[in-house]
Amino acid sequence: MLDSGSSMATKPRTLYDKIWDAHVVDQRDDGTCLIYIDRHLVHEVTSPQAFEGLRVAGRKVRRPDLTLAVPDHNLPTTARVDAEGNRLPIADVESAQQLAALETNAPSFGIKYIGATDREQGIVHVVGPEQGFSLPGTTIVCGDSHTACHGGIGALAFGIGTSEVEHVLATQTLQLKQSKTMEIRVEGTLGFGVSPKDVILAIIGKIGAAGGTGYVIEYTGSVFRDMSVEGRLTVSNMSIEGGARAGLVAPDDKTFAYLKGRPMAPKGEQWDQAVAYWRSLATDPGATYDKVVTLDAAEIAPSLTWGTSPEDVVPITGLVPDPKSFADPSKQAAAQKSLDYMGLVPGQKMQDIEVQHIFIGSCTNSRIEDLRAAAAVAKGRKVAANIKQALVVPGSGLVKAQAESEGLDKIFIDAGFEWREPGCSMCLAMNPDKVPSGERCASTSNRNFVGRQGPGARTHLVSPAMAAAAAVTGRLTDVRELMA
Amino acid sequence: MKAVNKVDGRAIPLGLKNVDTDVIIPAHYLKTISRIGLGKGAFETIRAQPGNVFDDPEYTGAPIIIAGDNFGCGSSREHAAWALNDMGVEAVIAPSFSDIFSGNAFKNGIVTVVLPQEAVDRLLEVAKTDPIHIDLENKVVTTPYQDRFAFEIDDFRRNCLMNGLDEIGLTLANADRITAHERTLAQTQPWLVPVAA
Repeated sequence: MLDSGSSMATKPRTLYDKIWDAHVVDQRDDGTCLIYIDRHLVHEVTSPQAFEGLRVAGRKVRRPDLTLAVPDHNLPTTARVDAEGNRLPIADVESAQQLAALETNAPSFGIKYIGATDREQGIVHVVGPEQGFSLPGTTIVCGDSHTACHGGIGALAFGIGTSEVEHVLATQTLQLKQSKTMEIRVEGTLGFGVSPKDVILAIIGKIGAAGGTGYVIEYTGSVFRDMSVEGRLTVSNMSIEGGARAGLVAPDDKTFAYLKGRPMAPKGEQWDQAVAYWRSLATDPGATYDKVVTLDAAEIAPSLTWGTSPEDVVPITGLVPDPKSFADPSKQAAAQKSLDYMGLVPGQKMQDIEVQHIFIGSCTNSRIEDLRAAAAVAKGRKVAANIKQALVVPGSGLVKAQAESEGLDKIFIDAGFEWREPGCSMCLAMNPDKVPSGERCASTSNRNFVGRQGPGARTHLVSPAMAAAAAVTGRLTDVRELMA
Repeated sequence: MKAVNKVDGRAIPLGLKNVDTDVIIPAHYLKTISRIGLGKGAFETIRAQPGNVFDDPEYTGAPIIIAGDNFGCGSSREHAAWALNDMGVEAVIAPSFSDIFSGNAFKNGIVTVVLPQEAVDRLLEVAKTDPIHIDLENKVVTTPYQDRFAFEIDDFRRNCLMNGLDEIGLTLANADRITAHERTLAQTQPWLVPVAA
C-alpha cells in the first residue's frame, strides 16, 4: 500500500477515501480489499451464531480489546432488579436464552461486557460514542444496520451480517469493495422547530429508500457544521434508511469536545496526537464525490412519514398523498398498499390523524438532547386522553441518570409518560414494548416498515419534540404551535 | 458451504419493490441462537394474505424468488438469508439489492442476480408457468423460450460460490499481513488501543 500512498497524497481525497486508504491491509486484483476494523460492537441478537461458528472451527477472537459487547434489543425496559437489588428474570424464554448466550460468550472469548444491570448499559449505538469507544477516523462495525450512527463523529461505521461478525471476531478485518461517495450538502439555517431528525427525513424523502445504495454519504454544509454532535449522530444513524451503508460528518472541534474525557477515549499525549490526526481527515479542497445532492435548509419543515417506507415523507403541514400522484407505476402500487396498511386516505391532513401510542427512544433519538427537546414540549402539559401508552426510553443508563439530574424524568412522569430503563424498546418489537395491531404510533425511531413495531402496528416517524407534541394533543401535530 | 454452479427450477414471482428484512423475517423470529428453522417465519405478513404467491401450490419448493428494486433493504439481520435458505431458496433475481443483504446472501450460498427491470418483468411473466435457469458459470439467466439475460457478478464472489469457499479461512491465510498492519498501527496510531475503562 505504501507505493500507492505517494500518488494518493497528490490527489485531493474525501474524508471517506482517507479513512478507507488508512485501513487497507491487502488488495486483490479485482479491487476487493481486506479492511482493518478498529472497533467491533456486539449485541445479543446477531452474535450467537457467530460465536457458535468460532467454537465449531476452534477459532478465537483475534482482538478482544477492540470488541465491546452490550445487550439491548431483547431487554425489557421495565425494572431489572427488585427492591433488594436482585436481578429479575426475563419472562420471554427465547429472549432470556439469547441474552444469556451473550453474557456467557463475551467473557469466555475475553470480550468486555457491559451487563443489563450496569449503569453504562444502553443501546449499543448510544454506548459506543458515550464511552469514547467510538472514535473519529476509525472503522466501526456491528451486526446492526444502524451502526451508520457512529459516522456522526467521523467514523466509517456500518452494519454487517452475522457471518461478517464471525469474520471480524476471527480476523479483525472484512473483505470489502470501496463504495461510491455521495455528498449531501445542506446550506442555510434551519427554521424554528426544525430538528436533525427532520433534516434526515427530508433527505430520505428526496433521495428515496434506495437512493444511497452503493454509496457512503458525507453530510456537508453549514447545517451540519452548526449541528450538535448528538444531532449528527441522529442524521448519520438513518443513512441506511436512504440505502447508504454508512454516513459521515467531518470531525471538528465539537466532536473533540464531545469525546474528550470519555472513559475509553485516549488520554494525555495520545489524545493530542489523536486530535492532530483527526483534523487531517476532512475532505481536501478540490476532492470530488461520485454524486452530489443539495437541499436548502430553509425548505425543511418539521417532517414525518405517512407510509411504510422511510422515503414516504411529508411536512407536518402536508396531506396524505394520492398514490396516483407518483410517476412510477410500482411506486403507485406500493403507496396504495401502504395507505391500506396505515388506514389512511389520500388528501387527509396529516395533522388530523389521531395516534394511540408515543415512543420516544431508539438509537436515533434517545440521547440527552432528544430528551430535553421532548421535555420542553411536555413540560406543564398532560398526555391526551386518547393516548394508551406514552413511553420515554433513555438510550443508556448514563443518559437516564443525566436526565434525572436535570429533572426531566419528573416532567415526563407528571405529564403522564412512562419513564423506562434503557434499551431498543418499541423500535423493533423484540421485547415486551409493542404497538398493538391496527393502532398508531408517533415514534422517534428509524423504521416504519410493515410490522416493525409489532404485527399490524402503524408507525409515523417523527422527531422527539414532534412525538411529545403528538402525546399532548393526541394527534400528529405541528410542534411549532406548542413552542411559542 | 455448499458449492453452487447453477440454480434451476420454478421461481416465485413476488415482483414487489423495497421488500425489507422485516417482511422477509419479522423481528420476533430473531430470538433464535441457531441458523436453522427460520423458514417457518419467512414472509409471514405476506403469507397472512389469502391467495399469496408463497402458498400457491404452483410454486411449492421453488428455489428462486423474483422481486422488484431494493430487495432486502432495512436491517443487517442475516436471519433473512437463513430464512430463505431454510425455505429452499437458492437465488433471488431483482433489479437491485440492498448492500448488506447481498453480502449476507452470498455468505450463505444464495445467488443474487441483478437484471434490468425489463428483464425482471419478462421473467415474472415466464415464472407463472415455466421454470427459470440461472447459470453462474456463464453468468446468464435463460428460460424455455430462448430468453437469455446476461448478468454481472463479482468474480471473487462467483468463485467462492462455485467452490463453496470459507471466507474466514481465506482471510486467515493472510494473517501475516494483518499482523504487519497491527504493528504499524501500534507505532503510528497508538491511541487506537482503547483505554481500559
